[in-house]
Amino acid sequence: MTGHATMTYLAESEASDHRTLILSLFSLFVVSTLAITVWAGRKSKSATDFYAGGRSFTGFQNGLAISGDYMSAASFLGIAGAIALYGYDGFLYSIGFLVAWLVALLLVAEPLRNSGRFTMADVLAFRLRQRPVRTAAGTSTIVVSIFYLLAQMVGAGTLVALLLGIDGEAARRLVIALVGLTMVVYVTIGGMKGTTWVQMIKAVLLISGTLLVTILVLNEFDWNVSTLLGAAADSSGHGDAFLEPGLRYGKDGTSKLDFISLGLALVLGTAGLPHILVRFYTVPTARAARTSVNWAIGIIGAFYLMTIALGFGAAAMVGPDRITESNPAGNTAAPLLAEAVGGGPDSTGGAILLAVISAVAFATILAVVAGLTLASSVSFAHDLWTNVIRKGKAGEKEELAVAKLAAVGIGAVAIVLGIFADRLNTAALVALAFAVAASANLPTMLYSLFWKRFTTQGALWSIYGGLTSSVLLVVFSPVVSGEEKSLFTGVDFAWFPLENPGLVSIPLGFLLGWIATLLSKEEPDVKKYAELEVRSLTGAGAH
Amino acid sequence: MDTAHRPVPPDDPYSQVQAGPEFGELRRSYRRFAFPLTVAFISWYLLYVLLSNYAGDFMASTVVGNINTAFVFGLLQFLTTFLIAWWYARHANARLDPRADLIRASLEASLANLDTDTGGGTFDAGTTTSTTKAAPESDAR
Repeated sequence: MTGHATMTYLAESEASDHRTLILSLFSLFVVSTLAITVWAGRKSKSATDFYAGGRSFTGFQNGLAISGDYMSAASFLGIAGAIALYGYDGFLYSIGFLVAWLVALLLVAEPLRNSGRFTMADVLAFRLRQRPVRTAAGTSTIVVSIFYLLAQMVGAGTLVALLLGIDGEAARRLVIALVGLTMVVYVTIGGMKGTTWVQMIKAVLLISGTLLVTILVLNEFDWNVSTLLGAAADSSGHGDAFLEPGLRYGKDGTSKLDFISLGLALVLGTAGLPHILVRFYTVPTARAARTSVNWAIGIIGAFYLMTIALGFGAAAMVGPDRITESNPAGNTAAPLLAEAVGGGPDSTGGAILLAVISAVAFATILAVVAGLTLASSVSFAHDLWTNVIRKGKAGEKEELAVAKLAAVGIGAVAIVLGIFADRLNTAALVALAFAVAASANLPTMLYSLFWKRFTTQGALWSIYGGLTSSVLLVVFSPVVSGEEKSLFTGVDFAWFPLENPGLVSIPLGFLLGWIATLLSKEEPDVKKYAELEVRSLTGAGAH
Repeated sequence: MDTAHRPVPPDDPYSQVQAGPEFGELRRSYRRFAFPLTVAFISWYLLYVLLSNYAGDFMASTVVGNINTAFVFGLLQFLTTFLIAWWYARHANARLDPRADLIRASLEASLANLDTDTGGGTFDAGTTTSTTKAAPESDAR
């Protein structure tokens, strides 16, 4: 996303006129959610409150919050833009992001809820050697969160500046700093309780906004999806190819492999994302965790179905020229579509809808970054600080103080990286976060839960192997160097041809965990595994 | 639940339950459902990805109006995801939860007999509201 350089259409005409409206809606969201956060914070005392919202949310509430946590700006703006520009290939993202939830539902959510307390590492530490696995899992949690956070921050800065028509580097940095500051306030004051409410509100806003635009789009095409697709294909300039796979990823053999790699990372990454995993602890039982995932699948599925109307609608009604003129990556397709279905650039209806959808996009970013900051600071305090650095001797008060400090620190890191890494591509960062989660977190978690023989050495090889291979492959990929859109231009040290490392690093993570377990001389702790297995399936002794 | 005759450490209720027939049933019922289904939906998804990549003509063929095979395949992925989610919930409610509840109840009873150290405060059954605030959070395990 290099939007600020090409801030043209929106900035010059409509957005500047309606800046006040967008700003007031956004302020309304921030002020009301901050009020809720303060209210939630006052009722939040223990570690269970701060980390897991007192485990007091219902399955439906948590399902809503999971949806709010998961549907990031990359989903809302990115997929709408990708469909608007690349047609069918953009839709493939929606499918991967949804199907992935079945891994979480069938294999992860309930056992995790039953056997852990606050973090993913709790499950591993149950039967493996506590300090090394907590160090490994805490590290990968923080790395995944930072990549994901960075993507959202960079996106926020560019997008907010673009939508509000604010020009210049200083304004963009100010926006990033403000987003970072707000999320730190949400997390430190409201903890999990406050953050959960922010995510629920955001999910309702996002679904309502999307539904409204979808209804208006379908109404425009007489409720006939075929007509909508036809109009999109005509307007796209690609004709029928717009509705077929291959426009984005079908260029050659390498890009096709890249597509498989992306597909794997999407479907296996979700169940390893730390900010999603911690959400399963906010409900009282495994049964409620199951209910929440089912609600989330329903809500997220409905949302991704509507991206069809958003993306193809934007292609048909706004057109690729105006979209790329506004933002080359297509990230403003959804707001521009809202304006078009509201009555067009010069109408009051268009202005109001543009403002509403833009405000929804800001709310989306804020809720997701808050979730990420919380997940990583909890892991820092609970895994790294209390159990590794202080060897379990830290009291609850100390751990909570460390968690809040960690949130401030992670917020600061995200702000600084977001400011200086504006050249990084948002979509690539999100896909990288998924790939790292799938390579480093998922294999260890599945082995720990289901494989009796699994050992600490297996876990360490799997986590560190998956983590370093995925990160290194990205460093030596076209994302970082060798191409015009790379992070560093003018140098070329890319030898790995794929943009997404998943195709190599995910099997490697699984393989390393398996081999290292077979090679290790360590005897698996049979008693502890008995406890973990019984507990994960029955909930006996669950917190 | 008396499974103490099996060759497991008699002092460890978890190992006893794990070796017992009731838990074996529960584990089989869970794994036989979840594992094949996971393989199936991932294969189904990968088939879709591969067809998109390497079977362009097939995916481009018209079904009705402007709707082609690729689009129908995409919608089918949504449909199967919803169906699997619903199916698993049904299986879990009917087959897994009752078994799990029985095992947990008897295990927690025998644990309470064994020691009185947790006071049962950390066990929140499916029907009760969470009372974990009062639970001894510090005794990790």
